[in-house]
Order: sequence, then structure tokens, then C-alpha cells
Amino acid sequence: MSAARKSNRVAAPRAKTAKTTLSDVRRQHGVIRDILRIAKSAGAEDAEVYVDEVLDDLTRFANNAIHQNVSENGITVSLRTVADGRTARVTTNRLDENSLRAAVDSSLSLAASQPKDTQLLALPRKQRYRAVQRFSKHTAAITPEDRARAVRRACDLAIQRGQIAAGIFSTGESQTVMGNSRGLLAAYRETHAEFSITMQEAPAASWAKSNAGDVREFDPQQLAARASEKAHLAADAKEIPTGKYTVILEPAAALDFVGFLFYDFAATALADKRSCFNERMGKALFGKNITIADDVYHPLQLGAPFDGEGIPRQRVLLVDRGVPKNLVYSRRAAKIARKSPTGHGFPLPNEYGEAPMNLVFSGGDSSVEQMIASTDRGLLVTRIWYIREVDPYEKIMTGMTRDGLFLVEKGKVTSAVRNFRFNQSLLEALRNVEMLGPAIRATGEEAFEMVMPAMKIHNFNFSEVTKF
Amino acid sequence: MWDLATHSLDVAKLRGARYADVRVMHLRQRDLTTKNGQIGTLAQSESIGLGIRVLANGAWGFASTDRLTRDGVAACAAHAVAIGKASALAKRHDATMVDEQAFVDSWQSPFVKDPFEIPLESQLALLLAADAEMRRVKGVTLTETDMQFRKIDSWFASSIGSRIHQRKVISGCGIVATSFQGDEIQKRSYPNSFGGQHALAGYELIESLNLLQHAPVIAEEAAALHAAAQCPQRNGTLILGGSQLGLQIHESVGHPIELDRVLGEEANFAGTSFLTLDKLNHLRYGSDIVNVVADARIEHGPGLGSFAYDDEGVPAQCTDIIKDGQFRGYLSNRETAKLIGLQRSSGTMRTESWNRLPIIRMTNISLRPGTWEHDDLIADTDDGIFMETNKSWSIDDRRYQFQFSTEIGWEIKGGKKVRMLKNPSYGGITTEFWNSCDAVCSAKHWTLWGTPNCGKGQPMQTMGTGHGASPARFRNIQIGAAFSEQ
Repeated sequence: MSAARKSNRVAAPRAKTAKTTLSDVRRQHGVIRDILRIAKSAGAEDAEVYVDEVLDDLTRFANNAIHQNVSENGITVSLRTVADGRTARVTTNRLDENSLRAAVDSSLSLAASQPKDTQLLALPRKQRYRAVQRFSKHTAAITPEDRARAVRRACDLAIQRGQIAAGIFSTGESQTVMGNSRGLLAAYRETHAEFSITMQEAPAASWAKSNAGDVREFDPQQLAARASEKAHLAADAKEIPTGKYTVILEPAAALDFVGFLFYDFAATALADKRSCFNERMGKALFGKNITIADDVYHPLQLGAPFDGEGIPRQRVLLVDRGVPKNLVYSRRAAKIARKSPTGHGFPLPNEYGEAPMNLVFSGGDSSVEQMIASTDRGLLVTRIWYIREVDPYEKIMTGMTRDGLFLVEKGKVTSAVRNFRFNQSLLEALRNVEMLGPAIRATGEEAFEMVMPAMKIHNFNFSEVTKF
Repeated sequence: MWDLATHSLDVAKLRGARYADVRVMHLRQRDLTTKNGQIGTLAQSESIGLGIRVLANGAWGFASTDRLTRDGVAACAAHAVAIGKASALAKRHDATMVDEQAFVDSWQSPFVKDPFEIPLESQLALLLAADAEMRRVKGVTLTETDMQFRKIDSWFASSIGSRIHQRKVISGCGIVATSFQGDEIQKRSYPNSFGGQHALAGYELIESLNLLQHAPVIAEEAAALHAAAQCPQRNGTLILGGSQLGLQIHESVGHPIELDRVLGEEANFAGTSFLTLDKLNHLRYGSDIVNVVADARIEHGPGLGSFAYDDEGVPAQCTDIIKDGQFRGYLSNRETAKLIGLQRSSGTMRTESWNRLPIIRMTNISLRPGTWEHDDLIADTDDGIFMETNKSWSIDDRRYQFQFSTEIGWEIKGGKKVRMLKNPSYGGITTEFWNSCDAVCSAKHWTLWGTPNCGKGQPMQTMGTGHGASPARFRNIQIGAAFSEQ
């Protein structure tokens, strides 16, 4: 399972056609000013405006060829008016003055149709934000031809090895500019890139994926080689009995499993009594080796330094050595709890309040190889899939392993095994973590990207086996 | 709109596209929610733009734009062609499609009351009244309600000469009562979980659901579940309520019959399918009484999968999927139909919006009604469990092994529902499950359920699908596994 030696990073874009680029931020400031002026003249006491712009491209391949290849370009304006203790949101991508006037009128009309909200807060005033630089010119300059060539190389590797490749290579850029009638102004732009590949060697498959703000931070061919090697190892899977096993979750599998915790850290979720941390804050809930923070400024994270209300995001220590210590707060939740807002609120109005979106799990110093070497009998899990919550308070999750499940015996990977279904309490699993790997920017398909280590966990409950 | 659509097709042709189709779409949406007696979300949105798909140098390209000017759509069309030519750098063969006729038509989904014309005050008043009814029940700790309305106009044009305008009006709503007590969170939803019931209909759908009548019932059940017995773990007889059976159809029939999955086009994300081509017309999918169709025609009902034409310009059709238990058909588009030697696409290409590529999606995948009266089915069951309203769903990436849990269960003894059960769940292997079906209730108990949130594709698209079902009975099913060894 070693990485390929030859590097094929997509470092030098070979652009041959003029590319569309994001609008100048100053121009979007002008759009915001115009809308605020319209809102004021229409009778709004206050107003808030977002201008979101995306330029996203995605090349998709299967059966060793590109079969879908798409490009998206759009600007959306989302505005919220406040009048007489009432608020409502209207979103449109029609940017002519008449349409924007109609959007403002709709927002005021929607707002007026509801009872007065006595807890509605005044819009925040001007804020100071920590600067983040998450825009890569190299990534923004990638062309469809660049992506096609990288895909071609990955598919050629599959063909050489008698395998079938499927996956995506996406690159894009986005920008959010926000302002309100009380002088708040915030702007953020980023680039993003992702390569994901499944190599199929009938009847098995394996998978590798990477996601970053800068396309130069991963090597598609290296990911292809890793998936290819693991697919070959997975090809002759045998069935073993269900039961409790020690598992080694690679970072993507750990992410997609524990990623389901994120909303439980919302103060509003606790107030609504739907968080698994209800009546458990301050108690030793996980192992002492579990520390979790939310930190948008972490170098492996992406995201704006402000939330949906324009409040600066703060780093929040959520779990300290196994003990849930802090929650995240929107302005409203903070006022109710007599706390300070942490910069994790969603755009208003909404019923969910807030959530930490930039989780960082503290890692350890054990490599996956060391975890394997220390395991007498267990399972190495590449990826898990279709994860759903069975019990929201005990946080019992179900899901399937996928794309490479391997039996570990006496410190070595000895064979591939058929995929299992798990029914496992997440709380219990985080009490049973024996070893942690270094935390990396992990990416899966079920949770958003987080900084996550590989984990070795004992007594992981597998209840059913499937046919492959 | 036709001028912009035609202009983009002309530009694509000039730039070298052999085939092109274009969708101009205008989407309007209203979202209302309440929580614990207060307004949660109050929002309206609209989006308008153009997406063009082209075949250039034998490969596909797609580009979208919200710049609806002649220059804007021309640039978008040229970009799509450039992308198609880039795709050709990594092609193995030229993409081809089965033939289809050109259609010029205009169609609007039937509705009685335009939900956007109903005063917002009365919509909110209904939600707040239902919310209040639930909060009156002791033990309920969280109440939530929601309504969603959409109006979608699409103008489809293709280089073979089709010009099709369609307007769809979609309505949906649901209510949920949650109870936290001790170390348990229990909840009940009506008329379905995860957003309620959704249909290709107007506000008359909302009025037909009698939210105020059902609100106290589900609230009482949510509170009562704490004291209910735990669902046992065993193999036994299972009766599924219609909405849960609808989701069972979605996951264990609807997804595996998607021909793009079967042919490996979704292998990296949504997965593949156990329904390999050799199984068509050879696999015994279910027992003799299992008959499933994919029916996009409005005659099937106001489902989220009903339309007049798909987003490739192919007319809505009814396709046998399982007939008398035998596997008979896939969901296809013009390209995959050609790949497996079919004469025509089954008309299932659908797109979420103007900025997404149409892909193969479920239409209305429905289990035909059987002959049983609901009360007779219960009376005929000596020992079993009735489960209703989905709580969680999960299935492997080839759609063999699944596990579902529901909000509530009822133990049946001697032909009667005798007690409430909490935390019900069941699981199995798809074909074993459908072959164990021995009773399906009649058309009187059949509902065309709407699933508004089916995710597929990269970039991700959310699509509404329809699933007609009436309660049905299954024998020797593995029950209770979700809570095994916990």
C-alpha cells in the first residue's frame, strides 16, 4: 500500500482559453450598497445582504474515460430585511435593479406576514476579522484540458493493471461578500480542488481521495496508484463472522464516522434537547486521548473567518481530554445562555442556530502501519458508507464498510474480507480509542472535511455481512 | 427564452458540436418552518439560468450560466463545446445515443390551488396551530413543522428540433414531535418523516392532510414511546406501513435499477448495482405478487417523479421493473439504452436545476397494489411486528444488504395489535426480502409517497421521486439488529 514514487502533481496549468474570473470584491460592495439603499427606501429598518459567486468545474470519469464534464458559473444575492421586530430572507440570482427591488419587497412582505419576534436581535455592527489567505492562482487557472490529462493518466494506469477507474477531478473558486445596514462588511474568497478515484478489480474495488485549497497539495496519480494497489489486495475477499473487532479506521473512515457529532455541539441543539451532550457536559464521556476543537484558522482548514451573521469565528475547545467542555453559540443562543457568540451561527432566520463546521481532532504519533503491527486480530477499514443515526442520544450509528476491508492477524494484513454493516455507539467508540495517527485534512463522502487522525478502536460492533 | 435557447444551440453547432440540448429553467421556492411555537425559517428564493450539454469530438461537455443575454449564453455554449473537446482527450469511444423524435409541446402539472397565491399568513397560522397542538402534550420537548412549495418552469430545446416547455408545481409539509426523557430521544412524524409528504400538487395537498387532527396523536405517541417495550431481536413476520415501504422500494429497487449505476458510471460515489445485465429477465427479484413499475406519466398520480418529458426530451413512460416477481427493466437514458441494445430510452433523465447536468433518476417507482384489506392483513397475522415511519436507512453500495429503523412499531399477536414497541428495526438482503413478501394491501390503502431529498451525482443533485405503496407483509425477516450488542 505504499505511495507511487513518481509525482504527477498538477502544478503547471496550461491554459489556452481565457477563463472567467470572480468579480472584483469592490464591485460586490457596490451591489450590496445598492441593495441596502433599495431596502431603506422600501421601508426596511435594517437589512443584510450576501453576494455569493461560484466558478466550479468538475470532470467525472468512469470505465476509464471521461463521461461527464461540467462547469458552473453563477452569482446569488441573498438578502434579509428587518422591520418592526420581524425578519425574512429572499434569495435571487436576478441582479437587475427591478428584480432586486422585487426581492426587497418580497422580503418585507414575508416578514410582515408573521407574528412579531420579541427575541429578534438588532443586526451586528462593523466587526474585525482575522485575515486568511485561501486563494490559489494555480488552482484558479486549471483548465478542462489540465483535468482531462490528469484523468487520462489515472485511467491509463488502470488499463495497464487490468482495472477500471472511476472518479472526479474538480477545481473551483468561490467568493462571499456580506454587508449590512449597520456598517458590517465582510469578504472571503477561496479556491478548492478535489481528486477522488475508485479502482475496480472485479469483484473488488478500492478508493482514495484528497481535497485541498491548492491543487498542488495532492497528486492525482499517487492517489490512483494507492487505490489501484488496494483494489488488487481486495480482489479475493473472504467472509468472516460478524462480531466485535478491533478496527483501524483510516482518516477518511474515522471522519465519516465521528463527523456525525458536529451538530451535537450546537448550543441550540442542547436547548432543543436533541443533542447527545444533553446532561453530559463536563462529564468524562470519551477517552482521555480525545480532544476536539473547532478552528477555522487551522492551516489544514478552509472557510470564511466569519459566520452567517457576520460574527468573527473563534477557535473553540469543544472536548478536552475526553470531557465535553464548550459549545458553539449563535448570537441568539448566546444571549439566551448569557454567553458570548462564538461565530458559528447560520444565516437568519433559521431554526438550527449554529454548528461547528471546522472540526479539528487532536492526533497522535502512531502510523497506520504501527497500528497494524500492534494488532493481534482486527480489521483495517478504508472507507465507510451510508452512515445514518439509529439512536440520537446514545449516538448509535449504522453504515457499511466499502472499497477495501482487510483482516489483520498477528500484526499483518493477511487477507481481504467481505464488507460488514456496523451498528456502533459513537460515544462508546470514542471511549475505546487505543491509538491515534497524526491528524491530516481528511475527506470522505458523508461528512464535511475535517482535520482527523486514523484511529485504532477496540470492540467495534459489526452486525451483518453483505455479499461482496 | 426560446430565443436564448436557440441561440446557444446555434453557437454550439458552429463551434463543432454534433448534438446539443439546452435547458433554461426558472425555479421558485418558499420555505416555512416553525419550532416550539416560533417561526424558524421564513424564506423565498428564485433562480434562473441556462445549462447546455453538447457532444463534441465524440465526448460530452456541459456548461451553465446565469447571464441570460445573447452574449452570455453564446459564451456558455462555446465553453461547453471546449469542455466536450477536453473530455475527448480521455475518451475510449465516441458517445452515441438511441434515436428519439423531436417534440414541440407545452405542459403544466395539474393543481387546484397555487400555493404561492395562498396568503402566507394562513400558511403560517396552520403550522403554528399544529405546533401548538403538539406542545399541549406532556412530555413533548421539541415541536417542529414545515411547508415547502416550488414552481419550476423549464424550456428544453435540442438540436434535433425539440421545443418543450413544462411547468411543475410542488407542495409538501410535515410535522414532528420529539420527546427527550431519561436517556432517550423519541420522535414521531406526520404524514412522513424527513419533511413529510410532498407531491406534484397545489395547496390542496396541505389541506388534505388534516395536520391539526394528527398533531396530538403523534405527540402522544412520541411521549409514550419511552415506556414502550424495546423491539425484540429475532427472525419473524414484518408488516411495513406504506411510507416505510415507499422508502424500501426507493433504496432496494429504485437505485439498483438505475442503468448508470449498473454500467459503472456512479462507481466512485453512489456505487454500482447487483443488477448486472445478465440478470435482466432472469432474476427472480421478488415473490409472484411483487409488481413494480417505473411510471412517470401523470396518470400514475401526482408524484414527484411525474412529468410529460424528461430532461433529455423523451416522453414520460411506464416501464415494468418487476413483473410477477421477475426482474424486467432498468431506468435508462438515450446513451445507456444504446449501450445495452435497447430501442429507446425509458425517459428518466432529470436535472435538479439549470446548473446541473441531467442524469438518470428515479421517476415514480411504485409497488402495484395487492388484494388485501388492511384490517384483514392484521387479523391474518398470528405473530408479527408492524413498523411505520422511517427513522434511519442504510444500504450497501451495490444495494444488497440494507437496514432500516422506524419511529414506532406495534406487536401483533393473534391477529391484533397488542402493544407499542420502541426502536424498531429490520434488515436483510434485497432479493431475499422481496421474495418473502406474501401480502400486499389493496388500492384503497395505496399512497403515492414523495421523497423530496434523493441525492445523487457529482456535483450533488437533489431530486424528488415518487413511490406508490400500500402496507405489505414479509415473512422470516431479521428484526431488531440495529440494537444488537449495544
